[in-house]
Amino acid sequence: MPHRLLKFALSKKHPEPRMFRAPTELKSEYDAVIIGGGGHGLAAAYYLAKDHGITNVAILEKGYIGGGGTGRNTAIIRSNYLTPEGIRFYQGSVELFQDLSRELNLNLFYSKRGHFTLAHSPASLRTQRWRAEVNKHLGIDSRVVTPEFIKETVPEIDLHVGGHQAPIHGALYHPPGAVARHDAVAWGYARGADRRGVEIHQRTAVTDIEIRDGAVAGVHTDKGFIKTRKVLSAVAGWTTHITPMVGLRTPLVIHPLQAMVTEPLKPWLNSIVVSASLHLYVSQSSRGELVAGASLDPYELISMRSTLDFAEGMSTGLLDLFPCLGDIKVLRQWAGLCDMTPDFSPIMGVTPIKGFYIDAGWGTWGFKATPISGKTMAFTMAEDRDHKLIEAFSLSRFKRLELVGEKGAASVGH
Amino acid sequence: MDRRLPPRDGEWIDRSQSVEFRFEGATYRGFEGDVLSSALWANDVRLLGRSFKYHRPRGVYSLAGHDANLIVEDGIRTNMRGDMLAVSSGLDVRSVNTLGGLDRDRLSITGRFGEFLPVGFYYKAFHTPRRLFPFYENQMRKVAGLGRINSANQRANSPKDYAFCDLLVVGAGPAGLAGAIAAAEQGLDVLIVDEQQRPGGSLVWQWADAATAREHLEGLLEQLAAHDNVRLWCGTQAAGYYGDYWVALVDDTHLTKLRAKSMLVATGCFEQPAVFQNNDLPGVMLGSAAQRLIQLYAVKPFDRAIVLAANSEGYRVALDLNEAGVDVAAIADLRRDGEATELAQRVDDAGIRVYRGYCVYEAVPAAGNKRIRGATICALDEKGVPRSEALTRIDCDGIAMSIGWTPNGGLIYQAGGRFTHAEHVEQLIPQTLSPGTFAAGRVNGVFGLESQIDDGYRAGLAAAAHLGSFTGDVPPSPSHYESPSSHPYPIIAHKGKKNFVDLDEDLHLADFENAHQEGYDNVELMKRFSTVGMGPSQGKLSNINAVRILARLNGATINQTGTTTSRPFHQPVPIRHLAGRSFHPQRRTPMNHWHVRHNAEMVYAGAWLRPEYYRVDGESRDDSILREATHVRNNVGLIDVSTLGKLQISGPDSVEFLERIYTGRFAKQQVGRLRYGLACDETGVIIDDGVIGRFSEDRFYVTATSSGAAAQYREMQRWAQIWNMDVTLVNATGHLAAINLAGPCCRDVLQELTSTDLSATAFPYLALGEAIVAEVSAKLMRVGFVGELGYEIHVPASQAMHVWEALMQAGERFGIRPFGVEAQRLLRLEKGHLIVSQDTDALTSPFEADVAWAIGKNKTFFVGARSLAILRKKPLTRRLVGLMFAASDAGTLPEECNLIIANDELVGRITSIAPRSTLGYPIAMALLSPDLAKIGTTVKIRVDGGSLVEAVVASMPFYDPENSRQNVQAES
Repeated sequence: MPHRLLKFALSKKHPEPRMFRAPTELKSEYDAVIIGGGGHGLAAAYYLAKDHGITNVAILEKGYIGGGGTGRNTAIIRSNYLTPEGIRFYQGSVELFQDLSRELNLNLFYSKRGHFTLAHSPASLRTQRWRAEVNKHLGIDSRVVTPEFIKETVPEIDLHVGGHQAPIHGALYHPPGAVARHDAVAWGYARGADRRGVEIHQRTAVTDIEIRDGAVAGVHTDKGFIKTRKVLSAVAGWTTHITPMVGLRTPLVIHPLQAMVTEPLKPWLNSIVVSASLHLYVSQSSRGELVAGASLDPYELISMRSTLDFAEGMSTGLLDLFPCLGDIKVLRQWAGLCDMTPDFSPIMGVTPIKGFYIDAGWGTWGFKATPISGKTMAFTMAEDRDHKLIEAFSLSRFKRLELVGEKGAASVGH
Repeated sequence: MDRRLPPRDGEWIDRSQSVEFRFEGATYRGFEGDVLSSALWANDVRLLGRSFKYHRPRGVYSLAGHDANLIVEDGIRTNMRGDMLAVSSGLDVRSVNTLGGLDRDRLSITGRFGEFLPVGFYYKAFHTPRRLFPFYENQMRKVAGLGRINSANQRANSPKDYAFCDLLVVGAGPAGLAGAIAAAEQGLDVLIVDEQQRPGGSLVWQWADAATAREHLEGLLEQLAAHDNVRLWCGTQAAGYYGDYWVALVDDTHLTKLRAKSMLVATGCFEQPAVFQNNDLPGVMLGSAAQRLIQLYAVKPFDRAIVLAANSEGYRVALDLNEAGVDVAAIADLRRDGEATELAQRVDDAGIRVYRGYCVYEAVPAAGNKRIRGATICALDEKGVPRSEALTRIDCDGIAMSIGWTPNGGLIYQAGGRFTHAEHVEQLIPQTLSPGTFAAGRVNGVFGLESQIDDGYRAGLAAAAHLGSFTGDVPPSPSHYESPSSHPYPIIAHKGKKNFVDLDEDLHLADFENAHQEGYDNVELMKRFSTVGMGPSQGKLSNINAVRILARLNGATINQTGTTTSRPFHQPVPIRHLAGRSFHPQRRTPMNHWHVRHNAEMVYAGAWLRPEYYRVDGESRDDSILREATHVRNNVGLIDVSTLGKLQISGPDSVEFLERIYTGRFAKQQVGRLRYGLACDETGVIIDDGVIGRFSEDRFYVTATSSGAAAQYREMQRWAQIWNMDVTLVNATGHLAAINLAGPCCRDVLQELTSTDLSATAFPYLALGEAIVAEVSAKLMRVGFVGELGYEIHVPASQAMHVWEALMQAGERFGIRPFGVEAQRLLRLEKGHLIVSQDTDALTSPFEADVAWAIGKNKTFFVGARSLAILRKKPLTRRLVGLMFAASDAGTLPEECNLIIANDELVGRITSIAPRSTLGYPIAMALLSPDLAKIGTTVKIRVDGGSLVEAVVASMPFYDPENSRQNVQAES
């Protein structure tokens, strides 16, 4: 038993302080305001304070921290992307993640599982080879593997996928693929930011942003006005509510994305398995639940309602892959919002409005980018110029039409 | 010892059907109608399961399907709940999640280390040093989790069903039955579902005066039977609500998808436990569980009991126990004033001692914690704090808790309704209901039996009025709450930290206080950090107490504190029920059987099966493919291209529509002619291509790629609606089949089957016509995808086989052969024709793919036009080029998607490759940096093994660059 747990048995009172304070009043002025208390906003605040010494920062969160995509995703972390820009960026995230539990002194259950992207057709295998080749070129551990290798690693899988559709031809295998306890990532960053002076204001909604002479002058909230010259919008699925406040147009469209969990099972699935053809990805949590997610709902909608269609389709796919799961029960389903970009890469960095920074377009790939987006956005805010890792993700790329095409690397077809 | 009571009226067991079953290796007897928990309890087995974290002994608790610690498996099925699993002969189950058996579970050692394992302990340790975490995680994963999967299990399918009704009534208790009767009387088509195996709800177990309850039930069922517009489905849960009265109904065998027009929720309440030290041990149970044991299964719950009460129901429990022969040692009533109804008198008459303003402070465990042997009770002071310095010890083997209820309101939440906490009754009640949703009975806060029936009847009428079948006055809801049934804070602190709030997750009171201290001070953060409500019963027995604790810690009201979101499912649903039958429609062309008969190797192409090539004995795959291709070059071949998208577009706006969808111009396209069509998305990326033929002024025929057809049709429909254009789109992909006939001799073959003049002047390259081919009316197109003289013949699917065979016969003297997809891919590669999504990717523009010639000049708008206008002005970053390899390279050739490297930079990738071609050397297409795209440049490709292979950039087409093959003359 680790000695860290000793103190709990030896002290009379619970020996843990608050993770973060609960400030009741907003100050009249901050050096920076971050809209959105999700993983990205909290990480940005943490690195603003830690890397750049900017601590007079308020995070404004309409609900509770980590309540959006951070708490709704299926917690997969990987860097097997398709474009050099994407790979370098997500690899930066993987590297931060690997040491994050220690840095934040919170066990994030960062668990390296290995990540299979199954190919059900020669065409799909081609795309996986492409990803593998680009990954290898950039030093990422990815390779195309045979059906036999898949079966050896995940013996429960049916390579014939039920026998009525294309069999599994192979897969892109990415050994560093990992899962983590997503909520804890938010809490850890919250504590780290709070310790350095950042204020986290939950249940505080932004109602407008004050712009003067093309520059940010302050933020209106339901608890009053605050002056600031720097605002970061890190609200993912709610971005289209914020950008009109500053008159910014983005190509974002919002789609729901759903997921579900089963009852807990003893460990059997040690890899993350993704099938684009079946529109599913599944892993087993440390608690033993199977956590399974799908492709986007095919309609634009800002709603987090579950659908039966999803549960049915997901279950069909799960049984196609793992025929032995028929009697395993689905416990709960839920939904989140995805702010999709045309090229499946995020929108990050400075904007035409001075002092307004955007961190959006997180579609289905937001959680895995949490540390690196926080780090690079903090740099961008502090220096008022894009960090080099995110230059390619600038909002202006849509005007210039210099897209960063990651559609081929999205985990499942969308 | 047998705890079975003498036969009782209304019992659910069938004593004539004795069954023998095994639990943890021991053999027991029960009856048909028993669930595992009741049968074991009848055998005086009290240790039925172990808890999730501390492996504490657990027994019957709710007996209502929420006993998340009583989970068993039989080697085939797992995670079955003891209080839901019917016993049957041969049942042989073990408790999940134990080490060395339930009785001697070695993991119960964790209970001793509770102090080391506070809430969220796993966040606070095990992460440093980093290298040790995988070890710790492995250990934690092993002890977490419940049942084991059996990887040998075969796929099990449960066909799904559909149902429809006017009114769905959820819950066949007094309120639900009354509501169904009222609605049925107004002519509604009513479906009642109840998760229990028999109707009656609380009528069958709750009401102490059983005779009255049975009369009520019989009366209600009799009235119901008089209506043939009512269906009653027992053993069926309404698992989730999904909008517009789309409801998932699940029984033991399958999922029924119901479309109702309205919904009456009469789901009752979940009885809630009190929180006190050792409130989890076998022998401590909900009052309703004790009543279910007695009334449904005729099992005597205890020998000597204490009832912890805070409502009238507790007094009924005491009377029921007394009547069943249990020595009720005391009622500890949390209320200072005690019970005000006549029940107080009846309890007194029965000689049961009542301690008013008392709590159970602690259940006293017997050695090993596997049952209890007594309890200590004490008075509560004015603030509700127990006077633990003055404890009274009472010997007993059971404690029944009746201290409060919480509504079973998931469906109401999911339908958009909201609950509010009514302070004067200390319970959540519906505040708003969505239109078409109605609530009645206890879920609506109505507790008296007569009142529940009245409330149900009212709600049934209200539903009928909502649907327009009843025009009279709907009576008001009966006065709520004849007596406040829930205690505001049934939670007793204890330093022993075995006062459990959530039995699924082994969370005790201090866990909540500690989580709060750490800042997880709102309901959502509390849930996520502590995992309260995340176990198998999803918080049905824990959420409201957790909210009460949090509210008190925050000094807030229940309403200020709020609740977490209710999500499907009510009870967990097996994956196979949701999956239903394995339904993977496979598309086969009309010639499929012919291909198979002729030794075609079939491959999947999306949902389609297509011939990859035709096997020839003694010949390798590659040889066969090359020979098929060569035969097309030299003679004639035919290929089944029925998988092509075939879209008919007509209407006054057809030209305008096509000009917006495709990059080209079609206004001046002649009738009877084909044009190439290239479609881009809004970012200017190529998404599909095909040919567009004009049959008349406003009637076009469009082909799409096999893989892109569905998406292209969907996009067209979407745009047609957005643009509000007068076009009719018909997807004829399935009902037309298509055959491509190609090769220098193909004109002669086809001419034999049609009177249409196929001469080069009458039917030139890119001509389109309607013709009779082999007596079948066909769309005829002269195309050249493979680079030879060629025709595409589109005919109704039902006649395609006939046409195919006629072509084979007519071609016999030319040695006609069928060819497969692989030969076609080779031939088109030689001809330099790209395949969208293979030679293009999610960013490829027409400029890169060298098909910019297909963009119409001076077009003001088409999808992607703006983006292409920007891209046109920018330097290219890559180009689609041809590559040639030395014939001797054949052994080490790259695969498609191998990368082209220059100075250790990525400069391109192979998109298509043919290791063997009719040209005699390997060829490929690649997307390549323009700096290197000059013809004759040598480039290096990194192959799978890591070595580099050289190729030379070549001009395309590789084959017949002058296109002279289109002009070959027919043999006479």
